[in-house]
Amino acid sequence: MSDLDSTAGARSATAPMPNRYVLFWRSFAENRGAVVGLVVMIILIVLALVADIMVPHSPIEQFREAFLTPPVWQHGGSWNFILGTDDVGRDMFSRLIYGARLSLIIGVSVVTLSLICGTVLGLTAAFSGGVVDSFIMRIMDILLVFPSLLLAIVIVAILGPGLFNAMLAVAVTYLPGFTRLSRASALSELARDYVTATRCAGAGRAHLMFNTVLPNCMAPLIVQASLGFSNAILDAAALGFLGLGAQPPTPEWGTMLAGAMQYYQRAWWVLTFPGLFILITVQAFNLFGDGLRDALDPKLKR
Amino acid sequence: MLRFLLRRIGLIVPTFIGVTFLSFMLIRLVPGDPIEVRAGEHGIPPERLAELRHEYGLDQPLWKQFLDYEKGVVTGGLGVSVVTRAPVWTEFTTLFPATLELALCAITLGLALGIPFGLIAAVRRGSAFDYGLMGLSMTGASMPIFWWGLMAILIFSVALGWTPVSGRISDMYYVEPWSGFMLIDSWFSDDKGAFASAVSHLILPAIVLGTRPMAVIARMTRSAMLDVLGEDYIRTARAKGLASWRVVIVHALRNALIPVVTVIGLQVGTLLGGAILTETIFSWPGVGHWLIESIQRRDYPVLQGGTLLVATLVIIVNLGVDMTYGFLNPRIRR
Repeated sequence: MSDLDSTAGARSATAPMPNRYVLFWRSFAENRGAVVGLVVMIILIVLALVADIMVPHSPIEQFREAFLTPPVWQHGGSWNFILGTDDVGRDMFSRLIYGARLSLIIGVSVVTLSLICGTVLGLTAAFSGGVVDSFIMRIMDILLVFPSLLLAIVIVAILGPGLFNAMLAVAVTYLPGFTRLSRASALSELARDYVTATRCAGAGRAHLMFNTVLPNCMAPLIVQASLGFSNAILDAAALGFLGLGAQPPTPEWGTMLAGAMQYYQRAWWVLTFPGLFILITVQAFNLFGDGLRDALDPKLKR
Repeated sequence: MLRFLLRRIGLIVPTFIGVTFLSFMLIRLVPGDPIEVRAGEHGIPPERLAELRHEYGLDQPLWKQFLDYEKGVVTGGLGVSVVTRAPVWTEFTTLFPATLELALCAITLGLALGIPFGLIAAVRRGSAFDYGLMGLSMTGASMPIFWWGLMAILIFSVALGWTPVSGRISDMYYVEPWSGFMLIDSWFSDDKGAFASAVSHLILPAIVLGTRPMAVIARMTRSAMLDVLGEDYIRTARAKGLASWRVVIVHALRNALIPVVTVIGLQVGTLLGGAILTETIFSWPGVGHWLIESIQRRDYPVLQGGTLLVATLVIIVNLGVDMTYGFLNPRIRR
């Protein structure tokens, strides 16, 4: 890979040849939706990073004199609580911002865990073949039979409710996708000459798996990961909503909605904002993932 | 075709055994002894516990227990609910029509709107309609449906007062459960208001559950149509001077629908997962609602049996989709 870069660099000294990152960016930026998604993503990441200094209140502090205060623009609202307060007087705005941090952490952890385990399993299946391959892939088939939310619910029922267990459960539901994808791309790479050449040069199995084959399987895995990110946030929020994910008073968006259900007649803001944040976040990651797929995979170009 | 069918069924058997193994392990992995869980909070004396353990075969080695469980599954014995004491199978069959009715209406809605939208977007590629629709369908696919359901209640039930908030039919009507589908049963009931009530209860959950399939189907139809519209035989059909709507509907759409059929098949799992959330929000008395309640009540036999039945359903539907696909496309029958 580094050889490629240096030759490209040498060429650009003589003729202005854009490097591959510039090429990638050009093809990515063609898709306006993807750029919007990226911008929203960056805003969310910044919000999550600076949550401690920018929120006016602690996300779990209860203001006993201010139950269900409406947002500032509505009659009875106050600048102290810009987006109102929930049923026990916690500041919605502060909770939503902390929720962004939590959701990003959930997305990153779930996808990373699933990606690593899935890739190792998929590569092992592809390299071993035979019984090991069949065994791993049959297990993945079995996991795929369960609707992903149901599988996650069952796993949480076994492990007990909570944010960590919910993340673990969601990660398991994404395992088959990553395993199948990495196995399929590894199998097609294994037939290539460069793999045979490296093998003849005496490379060990681990080296072949992770240094030779894996870098060339990364593109579809990255796309799957970026699309899985949004689904992970969605599924974890669904578990929170069902009371099986993060537990109150954790400011998780889905959990916030679970407690708000009974107030649909009196306090629309308690119901509306958490879901709106979920929708915006998920949509941003989906747009970004779509753009990434189009830019990384020329075959799918529209 | 027969060989294809047999091979496909042969592949299912190990999957099914694996699924039963997972559901068998479920009740043994949850914290607490199955008997003590069944006894509830009151607790039971140790000698009675040992007696019951023997009665349920829990003192046997694990592999023997699994074989017994497998035997039970094949003969339809899925255990008994801890809470209602009714067999899991009976409860499932009573509640399943409600879920099926909801899911069928949702997918019908998704097809009835998704296919024409996708078709128009493909024909008018690059138009404002195309961009607007693709943006909307992206939103539909990103929608947290539990929130979407709450918003629908907030707008249509609370603000506008058009539809009821929960249940399948108003308490005012009693409808004899004959087919299990409220729409059919209420249609044939003597009280003509019953049908209207059933429709008004069904419409909101069906829209909420149908949103995601609709978005996916619209996108899929559009991209399949774009592929097909570029083919030579479409140019030939146009060159023959056929009316352009005829080319689009008869020549293009028919071929574009094959990938769409597969996508519908793949949506069944998503639909059942979505039904869990939709039924919880709208208090829809179906299988999803039942499963969530079983967790809250620690009714593990229900969770175990229900999960197994849902997974079996997905296996059967996948087989059906494969069959349809093999039927439509002889090349994959090998």
